[in-house]
Amino acid sequence: MPKSVLIVGGGLSGTIVANGLCRQLAEEMRTGAVAVTMIGTSETHMYQPGLLYIPFGRMREQELFRDQRRVLDRRVNFFVDPAATIDVETKQVTTESGRVFTYDYLVLATGSRIMPQTIPGMTEAGHWFYDLEGARKLRDALNAFQGGRIVVNVNAPHKCPVAPLEVTFMLYDFLKARGLWDKTELTYTYPIGRLHALEPVAHWAQPEFDRIGVKYETFFNTESVDPATKVIKSMEGSEIAFDLLITIPPHAGAPVIEASNLGKGGWVPTNSRTLRREGSDNVFVVGDTTNIPISKAGSTAHFEADVLIDNLVSLIQEGRWARDYDGKVFCFVETGLGAGTYVWFNYTTPPNPGPPSQMIHWFKLAYNRLYWLSARGLL
Amino acid sequence: MAERQTIDARGSFCPGPLMELIAALKLAQIGDEIEVLSSDKGSVTDVPAWVAKVGHAYVGTTEHDGYWAVVVRKAK
Ligand SMILES: Cc1cc2nc3c(=O)[nH]c(=O)nc-3n(C[C@H](O)[C@H](O)[C@H](O)COP(=O)(O)OP(=O)(O)OC[C@H]3O[C@@H](n4cnc5c(N)ncnc54)[C@H](O)[C@@H]3O)c2cc1C
Repeated sequence: MPKSVLIVGGGLSGTIVANGLCRQLAEEMRTGAVAVTMIGTSETHMYQPGLLYIPFGRMREQELFRDQRRVLDRRVNFFVDPAATIDVETKQVTTESGRVFTYDYLVLATGSRIMPQTIPGMTEAGHWFYDLEGARKLRDALNAFQGGRIVVNVNAPHKCPVAPLEVTFMLYDFLKARGLWDKTELTYTYPIGRLHALEPVAHWAQPEFDRIGVKYETFFNTESVDPATKVIKSMEGSEIAFDLLITIPPHAGAPVIEASNLGKGGWVPTNSRTLRREGSDNVFVVGDTTNIPISKAGSTAHFEADVLIDNLVSLIQEGRWARDYDGKVFCFVETGLGAGTYVWFNYTTPPNPGPPSQMIHWFKLAYNRLYWLSARGLL
Repeated sequence: MAERQTIDARGSFCPGPLMELIAALKLAQIGDEIEVLSSDKGSVTDVPAWVAKVGHAYVGTTEHDGYWAVVVRKAK
C-alpha cells in the first residue's frame, strides 16, 4: 500500500502543499510508494486578492480564474467532491457523493468564508467584495454612486487584514478621479481602539486618513443594520447613517469542520509551531482554517504550506521532523491606486512598514500575476 | 454548561489579543469565560475598557512572567 496524503481543500494552501509534495517526492510517486489526493469544491481556482480590484474595474473577472487541474501537478489525484464528514479517529473522509477516502496523513486546508448573515440586516443592506457576487454588486453600486455617505465597516474575525485600508484608499482615488470626493463623506469603522490591528500600520494610516479627509470610528463592532433607515449600529452603542455600506463581514471556517466536531466556528485547534491538529499526530492544518492567532492571509498560508511540505517529506522519507513554523506573515498594503508599501513580522519580530512607494505598488501588481506561479510552488 | 476557553495570543501582532477575544466571544455562550494570554501590556487596560463598553463581565487579570492572563465572561 502506498503512503497516502489526503488534502481537503483546493485553495491556495492546499494547492501549494499538493504541488510541493509532488516535486519533492517525485521518486516515491514514480514508484507508487506515495500517493497525493486532493478533494475540492470546484474545477476552477479563484485568485481571491483580485476581488479587491473588481469593484473599481481594475481587473476583469476572467483574470481571477484558472482551471484547477492546470494549476495542480498532474500527479495529484484531484476530485471535485466536497468533504461532508472528516473522522480523525477512523482516519476516514466521506464526501458529499458518498465516496470514502482513507489516509496516512491528512491536511486540512478548507479556508474561511464570509458570514454577513450573522449580523441582522447586513445581507439586505450591505455591500462587500469578499466574494465574486458581492464584488460585482459593489461595482454596480460604485458606478451608480453620485455622492453621499459611505461607511467602510470592518468586523472580526476576517481574512486579509489590510484589505479594509486598501479599499478605503482606493475609494478615495476612485471618487476623486470621478470628481465625487467633495460630495462624499467616508467613515471607516474598526473593531478595536485603532485603525488597524498592526500598531505601526494604524499609526501610519491615521494621519493619512486625516490628510485626505476620511472620518473614522474605532471600537465599533457591528450589532445590526437597519435596511429601511440605512443606519448601522455598534455593540458599543453608536449609530452611523449611510447611503452606501461596504462591509468586511465576520468570517467562519468551512461548515465541514464544525459538522465534523473539529473546531468551533470552523477553526481547528492547531499547534502554532508544528501545525499539527491538537491531539493528532497525522493531521495537519494549514491556511485560514487554523485557530492560530495570526493574520488570515495568503502569505501566512504560503509560509505555513512551505513548512508543512518540508515536514511531510521529511516524515515520509526519513521518519523525522524537519522544522517549526515561526509565525511569518508578509503583506503588501495598497495605499491608493498608484502606491503601496509592505510589512512583515513573525511570532518574535514586530512589524515595521516602510514608506509607501510606486515601486512597491508595481510589485503588488506583479504579484497579482505571480500568484499562479506561487500556487504551483515555483515561487 | 458554562465553559472556560484559553486563547494564547502571546506574540500575536495581528490581529492581536483584543480582536481574538472579540471573535471568540461571538462563538461563546452566555456565562462562558474566556482567558486571553497576552504579551502586550496594552491588553491589561484595553480589554477591560472594551468589555465594560459593550456590557460583558471583566473577571480579572493575573500577571505572569512576561505576559498577562485577562479573563472575561460573556454576559449578553
Ligand atoms: C478580497 C480579498 C483580498 C485578499 N487579499 C490578500 C492579499 O493581498 N494578500 C494576502 O496574503 N491574502 C489576501 N487574501 C486572503 C487569501 O486569499 C486567503 O488568506 C488565502 O486564500 C487562504 O488560503 P487557504 O488555502 O487557507 O484558503 P482558500 O484559498 O480560501 O481555500 C480553501 C478551499 O477549501 C475549499 N473547501 C471548503 N470546504 C471544503 C470541503 N468541505 N471539501 C473540500 N474543499 C473545501 C474551498 O472551496 C476553497 O477552495 C485576500 C482575500 C480576499 C477575499
